[in-house]
Amino acid sequence: MSVTKATHRVWRLGADIDTDLLAPGHAMKHGIDIIAKHCLEAIRPDFATGVQRGDVLVAGPNFGIGSSREQAAAVLVHLGVAAVVAPSYSGLYFRNAFNVGLLLLTCAEAETLSEGEQIALDTTAPEIVAPGRKRLACEPVPGFLMDMVRAGGLMNQLRQRSGRPVFKKAHDA
Amino acid sequence: MTPMAPTRAPALTLAQKLIARASGRERVSVGEIVTCGVDMAMFHDSSGPRRLQPMLEELGAQIWDRSRVVLVMDHYVPERDDDSRRIVRIARDWARDQKLPHVYDSQGICHVVVPQHGHIRPGMLCVGGDSHSPTGGAFGAYMFGIGSTEMLGVMVNGEIWLRVPETIRMWWDGALPAGVTAKDMMLHMIGRFGMNGGRYQAVEFAGPAVKALSMQERMTLSNMSAELGAQAGLIAPDATTAQFLAEAGAPPVDMAPWFTDDDAALTDYRFDASTLEPYIAAPHSPANAHGVSRYAGTHVDVAYIGACTGAKLDDLRAAAQVLRGHKVASGIRLIVAPASLRDQEQAREEGVLQVLMDAGAELFPTACGACSGYGDPMGDDITVISTTARNFKGRMGSPTAQVYLGSPYTVAAAALRGCVTDPREVLA
Repeated sequence: MSVTKATHRVWRLGADIDTDLLAPGHAMKHGIDIIAKHCLEAIRPDFATGVQRGDVLVAGPNFGIGSSREQAAAVLVHLGVAAVVAPSYSGLYFRNAFNVGLLLLTCAEAETLSEGEQIALDTTAPEIVAPGRKRLACEPVPGFLMDMVRAGGLMNQLRQRSGRPVFKKAHDA
Repeated sequence: MTPMAPTRAPALTLAQKLIARASGRERVSVGEIVTCGVDMAMFHDSSGPRRLQPMLEELGAQIWDRSRVVLVMDHYVPERDDDSRRIVRIARDWARDQKLPHVYDSQGICHVVVPQHGHIRPGMLCVGGDSHSPTGGAFGAYMFGIGSTEMLGVMVNGEIWLRVPETIRMWWDGALPAGVTAKDMMLHMIGRFGMNGGRYQAVEFAGPAVKALSMQERMTLSNMSAELGAQAGLIAPDATTAQFLAEAGAPPVDMAPWFTDDDAALTDYRFDASTLEPYIAAPHSPANAHGVSRYAGTHVDVAYIGACTGAKLDDLRAAAQVLRGHKVASGIRLIVAPASLRDQEQAREEGVLQVLMDAGAELFPTACGACSGYGDPMGDDITVISTTARNFKGRMGSPTAQVYLGSPYTVAAAALRGCVTDPREVLA
């Protein structure tokens, strides 16, 4: 993924979206397909059934606070979410998201975007392109993390590299 | 030409020193991304084998160093249904097939059991497959939580990347009053700075009030650094650390290098422990924290003393101090799930467990239980006051349950009165 020509429909969420909302504890014993059906059920019961491939989540600060359960990121990949845009993330969630191939864009002006708005993502800048408005700048994503998203996550990278170290590049990021 | 002043190594934080060692560097600077060798990797039945085994098999990869891996069965034990039986079975079979030397099955919660067996020592860089892994920071180790896929990377390579963090130092002067604990310190800090106040940097707890804390109380501070949004929650090791580790059977460690230099660059916040009151976090965030008086009188249905951050021996002793010779209020359930078998046995020997049972407590298994909502979830529309770390909506199973967090003193006092109570009224 570099620059998407496609536009993405925005699902607008609030601040402090935690991992237990994204992947509820009661569903955690099941596979990702079942957990995904419960994603955000406590605050957006229409989400899991209404979300479409290519949609984008736009949230307030502290997205992904809480548990280390990476299913909280993997459910969004499973549901076809193209990216999450928020002013800040839990650091642990940030790592997990890239490891499972989910793009997170850190955007100070995320909250100016609205529910249902169609936006484009320029992941090389990176920035958000909202039609009829200025471009919203995002924080740069380290190169080795963008590589991880492009590969579809760490597991795919390891597959491609047959178990050879993949973190050596971190120094050069 | 004037002689040059001897060059002096720049002052470093404890976090920088730990990361420099792990990355094989003399020093590291804040903001650098470095690759670190992992000294110890811990995971449990939920985050570990059931996720790692298929990925390792597909890659045809081997664990880089079995001696550095610790597996704890704590989330889905005791097994209650077919799904939890399947998950725990995978973990047990995998541990046997892999000949893992360090496995703790139904011995208690990983964040308590692993340090109690001396696996986390000053100077180490450790990762854990659980968000409360910063607990290891109480021992002067740089330890943080990661997800299963990232743990797979560690299993294959024995390495992990990290960005050298800034240090945010929480300096506590004074001494804690009776009935006030590390949990109250932590809820106070989370209330002040918010759930991402730590900004994924290293938080370091220091000052006389921190030095005076027992090892178990320090572990509560480091554990809940996760709720502060920090990557690591560090405490410089000292004689208290050395004694705990000696009792845990850990090999002797040189603790001298592991401290923050006096003039290291960091952000300092100062607190006075002597004026701290018991704290409560109201639903649905640990950051929704205020002095206990704000919620005094709120009716509770269940008082839960459990979890890695609220049911260690020190916590059980605190609860017993409140409940000794009393009965839990009519209609109130008091649930006690000790954090480890070792803590439970010690509490039994000291008579602490009997005090709790005499007061009417139900004894639950030494597992994660209701804290993660994996074991015994709480019902709908009930109000719980709990010593656990998190009160997110739905955390304990039902989105309509109201979960308040407090210290074991506070939770025991609520069990006694049937409502949120300042434990100092009961202790007086």
